[in-house]
Amino acid sequence: MIPELGHFALVLALALALVQSIVPLYGARRRDAVLMGVADTTALAQFALVAVSFAALVSCYVMSDFSVATVFENSHSQMPLIYKFTSVWGNHEGSMLLWVLILSVFGGLVAAFGRNIPATLKATVLSVQAWVAAAFFIFILATSNPFLRLPNAPFEGRDLNPILQDFGLAVHPPMLYLGYVGFSITFSFAVAALIEGRIDAAWARWVRPWTLIAWICLTLGIAMGSFWAYYTLGWGGWWYWDPVENASFMPWLAGTALLHSALVMEKRDALKVWTILLAILTFSLSLIGTFLVRSGVLTSVHAFATDPMRGIFILAILVLFIGGSLSLFAWRAPLLKQGGLFAPISREGALVLNNLFLTVACATVFVGTLYPLALEALTGAKISVGAPYFDWTFGPLFCLLLLAVPFGPLLAWKRGDLKGVTQRLAAAMVIALIGITVVCVVEGKPVLAAFGVGVAAFVIVGALTDIVERTGLWRAPFPIAVRRAAGLPRSAWGAAFAHIGLGVTLLGVVGETQWGSEQIVSLRQGDKVSLRHYDFTFDGTSMRNGPNYKELAVKFTVRRNGEPIGVMEPSKRSFPARESGTTEAALMTRGFSQIYVSLGDTTADGAVAVRIYHKPLVLLIWLGAVVMAIGGALSLSDRRLRVGAPKPARARAALQPAE
Amino acid sequence: MRRSILPRLLFAAMLLANAAPSFAVQPDEILPDARLETRARALSRELRCMVCQNQNIDDSDAPLARDLRILVRERLKAGDNDGQVLDFLVARYGQFVLLKPRFEWDTAALWLAPIALLLVGGAALWAALRRRKAASTHLETVVPLSAAERARLAELTGAGAAAPSRPPAGQV
Repeated sequence: MIPELGHFALVLALALALVQSIVPLYGARRRDAVLMGVADTTALAQFALVAVSFAALVSCYVMSDFSVATVFENSHSQMPLIYKFTSVWGNHEGSMLLWVLILSVFGGLVAAFGRNIPATLKATVLSVQAWVAAAFFIFILATSNPFLRLPNAPFEGRDLNPILQDFGLAVHPPMLYLGYVGFSITFSFAVAALIEGRIDAAWARWVRPWTLIAWICLTLGIAMGSFWAYYTLGWGGWWYWDPVENASFMPWLAGTALLHSALVMEKRDALKVWTILLAILTFSLSLIGTFLVRSGVLTSVHAFATDPMRGIFILAILVLFIGGSLSLFAWRAPLLKQGGLFAPISREGALVLNNLFLTVACATVFVGTLYPLALEALTGAKISVGAPYFDWTFGPLFCLLLLAVPFGPLLAWKRGDLKGVTQRLAAAMVIALIGITVVCVVEGKPVLAAFGVGVAAFVIVGALTDIVERTGLWRAPFPIAVRRAAGLPRSAWGAAFAHIGLGVTLLGVVGETQWGSEQIVSLRQGDKVSLRHYDFTFDGTSMRNGPNYKELAVKFTVRRNGEPIGVMEPSKRSFPARESGTTEAALMTRGFSQIYVSLGDTTADGAVAVRIYHKPLVLLIWLGAVVMAIGGALSLSDRRLRVGAPKPARARAALQPAE
Repeated sequence: MRRSILPRLLFAAMLLANAAPSFAVQPDEILPDARLETRARALSRELRCMVCQNQNIDDSDAPLARDLRILVRERLKAGDNDGQVLDFLVARYGQFVLLKPRFEWDTAALWLAPIALLLVGGAALWAALRRRKAASTHLETVVPLSAAERARLAELTGAGAAAPSRPPAGQV
């Protein structure tokens, strides 16, 4: 009964989405307040219905109702409760339901909290949102019904893929989807602006919080995925340039560009057409990501959907929405008037440069990801494009961008003074040069490591420079500086944090790749091995039983200068239901660095292959992402976003003296 | 089947893994000569495990990856330089084995795309900037007052000839 209820709720949600996709739009054309008001009700009801549907599926999983096909395929009665819960989205059907749940959450949020958005714009936005929702409801109902029943209910499920039986599954997909789907709101706003043929600085102010929320979630989602891969896969890699990773990284790059261009539009009324285009492209890249992952076109380990019907369906959605919105853009964009003028050397100019680098970096990832597919389709030649390609192309591009980052916030709007800004960044440059010298001369490391440290220091100190100058930390008495710091706009703090986060992540990347070391050895009980300043003793092995697995654990005592500093217990688990297993690495945190021990095969004579890594500063990679997200959150709490968009104050603007 | 694919990436809960818990380079593969081993590891990271999804042989658990790792080490021991090892593998397995495609006619677009896009984007920006500058200077150009206007101005100000004033730069 519960699965049918969930299924029925989903069908009802589709019906409401169809109403919402037409009626409010018509109402907006007719300026009919009643028809426009329909959108609020349907958006909230849609959210309620999808929530019911999702709750129904969750209850099927939690109660281990194996008469439902997806529960049978992906769950097990002996699994811990949290994994029963998270396995709801550990498969294609459930994850698509999560996708539309988040879509309807965002629609409901606009309906509930978008009071200060003009009625026609809000109605149009919610209509566009409903087009997307309707397309995905049809997709789920037609090709990926999560509530499908089996004729004969089995006694036991096939268990969730062991690698997914991890806390990471509880966080990573929902965060990532909040990011992907969050950009649908920005997309809807952009399409609505094109339909209305009108866009102004207030529009940018309404859009900004949604973009920020999506960006924060995507940042954390990607970081969580990277961290999860790091500790689960057994060799401590954290980024592989795999197409599925790239699929989440492209919307992040485009979304970051969008955040910055929306800023120009909000403050200076410029870059309107470009901002609209970026909003469309960012969500298009999210859709392409969904397509790449869901259609199985990559024949990747990630591709659950082997059914070509699904692939064609998503491709149709992709063509419809991307093609449709870009056509609308080509037709309506000329209506949008260009706004404020600025000199090339100015805050606007810096943000345009940021957009150039970010979009080219994004395009590089796009080309690298799809080139092998395109080449094979056109010529039949099979090539591989992997990490070394991206290191060679994306790496330098991003380095150039990072070098420009500290300049942006210090330049004035409209017309900046590059020489003055360079002088103000002197401290950052000196610190960066000291860093480079120390790494090169004292540590004797290669140029690449030194350069990386230098860029990271420049970005971090450069971001601090802005805050220090605005609070007058070195000049004014300390209490005054603190008061000024508290009085600074939150968005200034947000920008500083986000940029510092970038530098912190870069520092982690450089530390891990340039200073890391490893030992691969075969060990028996009582054997000792050393790595860096650490000595490891193999104390013994033990067999243990988990709820739905067995595990072999090896105990190591770790010593530094002869003093024991802890015990590490890596293990290997085997899951009988799927006849597969996982490697559970043992991690020991030392400051921002980690020691990483994982187990390999056991030989017949009782020796165990062991991999021991020392990963300096590795935690900074993800800590930087958290700092970036904090920056986003600070910016989100900025007064101007809480207060809402102001009424255009033409009269006052006209009285301002010319500059 | 059990070891056919190694799970590599855990993105968006979309991972389908049939992996035995194991890892890539095995202790018995490592060469005694540390310099050769370093080169072998560096080469391994540029070579694709053909039966895996986008995974290099250094990280892969597949038996094929192990064979390739041993092959690379044998070639290195035989005195091949890095280029010769790669040539040997490409001759056997085709371009597909290289994670960093060589610059050839069919990969030219791939390698040139980033720099081309940067140049095109930069040029477009430069053109847009010039166009706007032209548009703004056009607006700033002061059309001299006609004789009738000058007369009217004199009438309004009640004085003789009034000097036409340029609007300040930047104001449009």
